[in-house]
Amino acid sequence: MNAHPLDAWLHAGHPPAPQEIARWLHGREFPIVDGDRATFVFHGPATSVELVHWIYGLESSMAFQRIHGTDLWHLTMDLPHGSRVEYKLGVVHGHQQALIRDPLNPKLARDPYGANSVVQGAGYFVPDWIHEDEQARKGEIVSLSVPSRSFGEDRDVEVYLPARYRKTRRYPLLVVHDGPDYVRFAELRTVLDNLIHRLEIPPMIIALTGSPDRVREYADDERHADFVADELPEALAARWPLVDRSEARGLMGASFGAVASLSAAWRRPGRFGRLLLQSGSFVFTDIGRDHGRSPAFDPVVDFVNAFRARPGKPSERVFVTCGTYESLIYYNRSLIPLLQDTGMDVRFVEQRDGHNWENWRDRLREGLSWLFPGPLWMVYE
Amino acid sequence: MAERTVLVLGPQRHVPRVREALALIASPDGETPVALCSAGWEERELEHDELQDHVGRPVVNLEVFARVESIYREDPELHAAVRARHDRMRRVQALHQHRLAHAVEAARGLADIPDVSSDLAAEERRDAIAAIRALDRTHLDRLRGMHDAFWAEWRPEQRPAVARHRDALREALEPCAALCVAGGHVAILLNRLRLLGVLDLCPHLPVIAWSAGAMALSHRVVLFHDSPPQGPGYVEVFEAGLGLVGGLVPLPHAQHRLRLDDPERVSLLAERFAPDACVVLRGGEILAWDRDRWRPHSHTEVLGPHGNLEEFA
Repeated sequence: MNAHPLDAWLHAGHPPAPQEIARWLHGREFPIVDGDRATFVFHGPATSVELVHWIYGLESSMAFQRIHGTDLWHLTMDLPHGSRVEYKLGVVHGHQQALIRDPLNPKLARDPYGANSVVQGAGYFVPDWIHEDEQARKGEIVSLSVPSRSFGEDRDVEVYLPARYRKTRRYPLLVVHDGPDYVRFAELRTVLDNLIHRLEIPPMIIALTGSPDRVREYADDERHADFVADELPEALAARWPLVDRSEARGLMGASFGAVASLSAAWRRPGRFGRLLLQSGSFVFTDIGRDHGRSPAFDPVVDFVNAFRARPGKPSERVFVTCGTYESLIYYNRSLIPLLQDTGMDVRFVEQRDGHNWENWRDRLREGLSWLFPGPLWMVYE
Repeated sequence: MAERTVLVLGPQRHVPRVREALALIASPDGETPVALCSAGWEERELEHDELQDHVGRPVVNLEVFARVESIYREDPELHAAVRARHDRMRRVQALHQHRLAHAVEAARGLADIPDVSSDLAAEERRDAIAAIRALDRTHLDRLRGMHDAFWAEWRPEQRPAVARHRDALREALEPCAALCVAGGHVAILLNRLRLLGVLDLCPHLPVIAWSAGAMALSHRVVLFHDSPPQGPGYVEVFEAGLGLVGGLVPLPHAQHRLRLDDPERVSLLAERFAPDACVVLRGGEILAWDRDRWRPHSHTEVLGPHGNLEEFA
């Protein structure tokens, strides 16, 4: 069903009047989502307009059509149920080219590079647990400088302490790679406050780590394994009471951060009983070393190939997520049977989304509550 | 049902009503202390400043959580026996959950079967709910049997560490106008109240209980959540309670934990636990046991057999 007149205008013998276009645009929500189709619209002077997205499997840019005799451009594409897609518009006007956010769409997703426009397909809902809940007691984030022999320098770490933190209690520890970015772009702090308040995860201490050279240090670097498995927990345990059991120790990360998590757990088997691996850059080759990606992936491919040859049993429970629209989906899907064969308890969740922070945000409740189940059934405050 | 005065309150964090409940008890004066068992708060059990400010009179913290920790350190044999019983109860609970899941799904699924007349469907539904009730009853009997066997074998009240703490508790309770039982972790609260026999130490003292406190004092402890992040969420009978609060299934925070707008779920719960009333405790409620019935001193709702919420009268 077409809820808009674009097709009629496209095939009409004469262009619609500017007032007619203005009336139609006014107050309407764009892109127009109708069932499993989405129609993108651009209104303005242009020589060409393209949809630039990061959906693996589709052309990375798709051309809009102009309604003849107007400045109105449009493009309709499939958008399966539950999809969420980030995009920009490539607008060429004469000799000028610009990659812009959709002026008709206020929905934005931020990331370290700025922000993208977002189209939410039918059946996608922004989770309610990502919003600040005034009933939820708030945790605190403190800074800590951790001396590292392996890196030969101090490393700054932010530490989330749950609301009502008490020295008399012992807490599980989760180390989050790119932790400050998770807080900035995936609402991690609010999510933790809410999930703890809802009793869906226990009060936990979260180490939010970063790296000045993540492409190198997160790609199976021995020094990194020393840091997260030995030096960091030692420094944290000296200051805060931690449960010293593997089922109360976790590593988490996205993209290269997921590689760093799996690699550290593999190098220190039994140390981390819980892994949350999101959109891991688990690129491998079945023969040769030509992986078709940038040289930064060389050590990743070496690691994943070695891991596939001798996986051992790096952890006990692993939650893996990946977006269906990511180029990494093939590698993540391939990894699952291997992880399961190690005897670990493995859960894999795919969603119609891309390689982005809001995708990772949206999976936090399911992943964290499975890895670290809270006292939901037992506590009635 | 006990003869003593018993009051059940809604969650206290946002709408504290203990002070009003104390006024209903007609406690002699504002100086008489109240006893508090907050073992469900675990390591935070001593943090009762807010309650003390609210009630405006001294609070005698019974330190039930810490006392039992101390008993376990002093009597490791008893501690090992308690843990063994808990392990066994956990296994029994897992088996019960397995059977319960099928029984609940059978009852819920009847509504989805097409082309069945309403009278036939209603008859089948009655049978399906009867099957769940039978399962609940069997499970509760099994749990009570386990407790009886444990008590007969170990006689905790006669072990020196327990006896000493019971004496101290009796003395602490003696000058108090009422015993308050707060919420928190219901299993920890229940186990510790039971081990120390706190209610038996003050048979005539009025009791004010809220949230997990009310659950622990009921005949059966019912755990509930319709939308947990993991699993389907079947309401389950978890334990035999202390039996002081009869005729009620307290449902603290039901507005967050249950789908109260789903008539099928609401009626299923109401019928499953009838004639006991499934009481929605949002915060602010006060219910008092008055000779032979519960009397609400506030607007209070219960789950109705037709799937709606009804005023508790």
